Amino acid sequence: MILTAVVIGLAPQAVAQRFGAESFTLANGLQVVVIPNHRAPAVTQMVWYKTGAADDPRGKSGIAHFLEHLMFKGTRANPGGAFSTLIAQNGGRDNAFTTEDYTVFHETVAKDRLDLVMRLEADRMTGLVLDDAAVLPERDVILEERRMRIDNEPSALLREQLTAGLFLNASYHNPTIGWEHEMRGLGTADALAFYRDWYAPNNAVLIVAGDVETAEVRALAERHFGPLAARPVPPRIRLDEPPHHASIRLEMKSTRVAQPSWRRVYLAPSYRAGETRHAYALQVLAEMLAGSADSRLNQALVLDKGLALKVGAGYAPSAIGLAEFGVYATPKPGVAITDLEAAVDAELHRILEQGVEPDEVTRAAKRMQATSIYSQDSLSGPANIIGTALATGRSLDDVAVWPPRVGAVTAADIQAAARAVLVERNSATGILLPERTS
Amino acid sequence: MNRLGSRRTQAPLPHCGRGWLACQGEPGEGNPASAARALTPTLSPGGGEGVFRNHTRRAVSAKALLLAAVIFILTGLVPAAAMTIQPVSGASGVEAWLVEDHSVPVVTIRFAFLGGAALDPAGKGGTASMVASLLDEGAGPYDHAEFHRRLDDLAGQLRFSVAQDGFEGSLRSLKENLSDAADLLRLALAEPRFAPDAVERIRAETLAGLARQAKNPRSLSGRLWMYDAFEAHPYGSGIDGTEASVAAITRDDLARFAAERFHRAGLTIGIVGDIDKTEAAALLDRVFGGLPLGADDSQIAEAKPLDDGALVVSRAAVPQSVVTFGQIGPKRDDPAWYAAYVLNDILGGSGFRGRLMKEIREKRGLAYGVTTQLVPYRYAGLIVGSVATENGRVGESIALVREEWQRMREEGPTAAELEDAKTYLTGSFPLGLDSTQHIAAVLVQMQQDKLGIDYLDRRAGLIGGVTLDEARAVAKKMFDPAALSFAVVGDPADVKPTRPPKQQKF
Repeated sequence: MILTAVVIGLAPQAVAQRFGAESFTLANGLQVVVIPNHRAPAVTQMVWYKTGAADDPRGKSGIAHFLEHLMFKGTRANPGGAFSTLIAQNGGRDNAFTTEDYTVFHETVAKDRLDLVMRLEADRMTGLVLDDAAVLPERDVILEERRMRIDNEPSALLREQLTAGLFLNASYHNPTIGWEHEMRGLGTADALAFYRDWYAPNNAVLIVAGDVETAEVRALAERHFGPLAARPVPPRIRLDEPPHHASIRLEMKSTRVAQPSWRRVYLAPSYRAGETRHAYALQVLAEMLAGSADSRLNQALVLDKGLALKVGAGYAPSAIGLAEFGVYATPKPGVAITDLEAAVDAELHRILEQGVEPDEVTRAAKRMQATSIYSQDSLSGPANIIGTALATGRSLDDVAVWPPRVGAVTAADIQAAARAVLVERNSATGILLPERTS
Repeated sequence: MNRLGSRRTQAPLPHCGRGWLACQGEPGEGNPASAARALTPTLSPGGGEGVFRNHTRRAVSAKALLLAAVIFILTGLVPAAAMTIQPVSGASGVEAWLVEDHSVPVVTIRFAFLGGAALDPAGKGGTASMVASLLDEGAGPYDHAEFHRRLDDLAGQLRFSVAQDGFEGSLRSLKENLSDAADLLRLALAEPRFAPDAVERIRAETLAGLARQAKNPRSLSGRLWMYDAFEAHPYGSGIDGTEASVAAITRDDLARFAAERFHRAGLTIGIVGDIDKTEAAALLDRVFGGLPLGADDSQIAEAKPLDDGALVVSRAAVPQSVVTFGQIGPKRDDPAWYAAYVLNDILGGSGFRGRLMKEIREKRGLAYGVTTQLVPYRYAGLIVGSVATENGRVGESIALVREEWQRMREEGPTAAELEDAKTYLTGSFPLGLDSTQHIAAVLVQMQQDKLGIDYLDRRAGLIGGVTLDEARAVAKKMFDPAALSFAVVGDPADVKPTRPPKQQKF
């Protein structure tokens, strides 16, 4: 606690950076972060673009993710599949992923190949070339991806609809992969328009983690990314929610479901939106609800009452707009969903009314802080934590103070956060039930 | 966060042939989560910050469906300076391999006992799996609550899992908590309680998992294929057993399995992290020194998979058909292993390298991913892959797999393909050795496969030494379109089964 006060009291520039990260910004606005890790002679490079599915234009859901796929289709300098082929021929691995708020491309190579992957990423930051011959088969690929991840999975279908129900107006209403009928209409022009809008050095963060020194990365970044010109980038608009007047309840039956399950999501603040002061307390609350064997939901529902096979709670605070706080449970066979739900509600109400024990809070915070150490036990752990922060409008200093901020959360903070967020009318509940085949 | 990967391929099967860490796929951050905001337990890019909380420690169990990394294949050019493997043994005689790395105050100890789910008693399939789930449910003086409270407060990460041929476990701990966490591991192995309430809870969880697998097209496709290939041989059954076999398991069965399997003969151990040789020796004595010596009694019958080139279909009301395909492949000690390993990458490698990916995904958009893997069980070898395509076009994907199988048999790889694959397989391997967990898994695997402590120094030479002639000869022998079998789950429009599956329901 004393340490916490000291750290928070310091001027930001004096905060010791977590993971030994060092940062600088090129003249064109590209932010570069170096995370030294000398365990193995390898480096991971990641380019985080500050755009994601929440920036999909209306009627074009899925375009951010589609473009991410198309970024592997070639440039004038490296046509066709040269990007991945070159990396594989140099013994490296590459991939990418898209979320609502950011799109990330990453490569892991031997340290002496950093020059190559930096040249390739810089090249496709502005040099992408697309035509229908490359784009249209890839559209079939994302449709298969949607079938695989969503349409073949009843629980994913329900979650997708639950999210749309919770975010009536907010930018996270649509699924990242897109609605199928809109995905079918996405084309080359849509992808290029999105690319021109968002892919620019001043809208990206370059992270290099591994067996490198900052000076070396600076020289390479200047050489490859330095010549790219900054361009105006649209503001990232994250629409707000209107007041919710009624809770939402969705029930889905499917012959493809083996057992019932129950989940509820609440509108919640994030680090950036809503009542942001609750963001740390909500993380600890999720851990206290379901992060350990004697967490409240596990103890009550699984161990004591034998109502549930499994419980969980989740909260991701890094959204630029509002976030969601979720709870889920799978009933034991024979237990009615309504009984399960009543038991979850009883536990949540107990927190609202009686608060939590300081000891519980301390133990949960300690477990969470340990994950910070474990996250250093890989090249990508720290890079992902830092990338997420920088791509969503937070700073390295914010990353640095995460452990003490988590440690500073009090029982009173948690009760206040729970009271602010666990509000019925701000919730959406999804019930998944088996449908008997006759 | 909602997170969609662009092209991480998935080659799921319900049978993890080998270790459970391998079953998890590649490092978590790279794996695509399903499209659920926040509520996906698998991962969050933010690492420990704001991830989904779920205390269930079975999340990494062998039930995880990825075959993709089932085969933790050891191929690698690790500069000696980067990683030195030391043999270490305790006063008790327990031996391990150690890699010291003092850069992060974390230690991982990983180990495998010989003999896994394939040794489940007759009619009691799922015994080993339930043991794996129950070891941390109370041991020695601690009941379930106390055991977990201690482990949680130590922030220890204790995992057990089962493969067909082995029973594995690992503990990752902060350096400062290592000895206390190691005591919990010792208790879990030596004095598991198998308390009746815990047994019933885990039984219910296991049954629920089986019911889920039975409805999941991916799981079902893999199970159908494996049952058709092996039938009554233990490899034909899922690691979790069946509804009937799980119901029949008694507390005595569980206790007997633990007593019979947890001994020092055949035990392999890897220790990695912020620990020196003396400390590692003490750790070995502390955790394993008290286990009985035992003898290797894990042999089962050699299995000969049926590869009759059948195509079986199980109808399911889903828009996308999931296909598992494969045939007999080499075992790990087969002299043709390295040639087969390179050929597998040329045919079914992930990323955009494999021929199947190029033909099925890149040219025609028929699937998100299609990969193949060598699955070297101890008593049988397979090459298995999977692909998922919308019902109306899945026949095209199947035909392309057949064509490529034929082409590989007839033509083998080109010289350029061979060189590219060798470069990739030797170059990319050491890049994955970035965490104590990955390195420990490699150490255990190397010992299980009897590759020698200098294997990592020799690996690049073994792969690089595969000649074009040798690769072509092995391709001709290994790839047999007449033996290539398919199991399809979905509602395929243009696919005709050649016979019914040998077992419809699981």
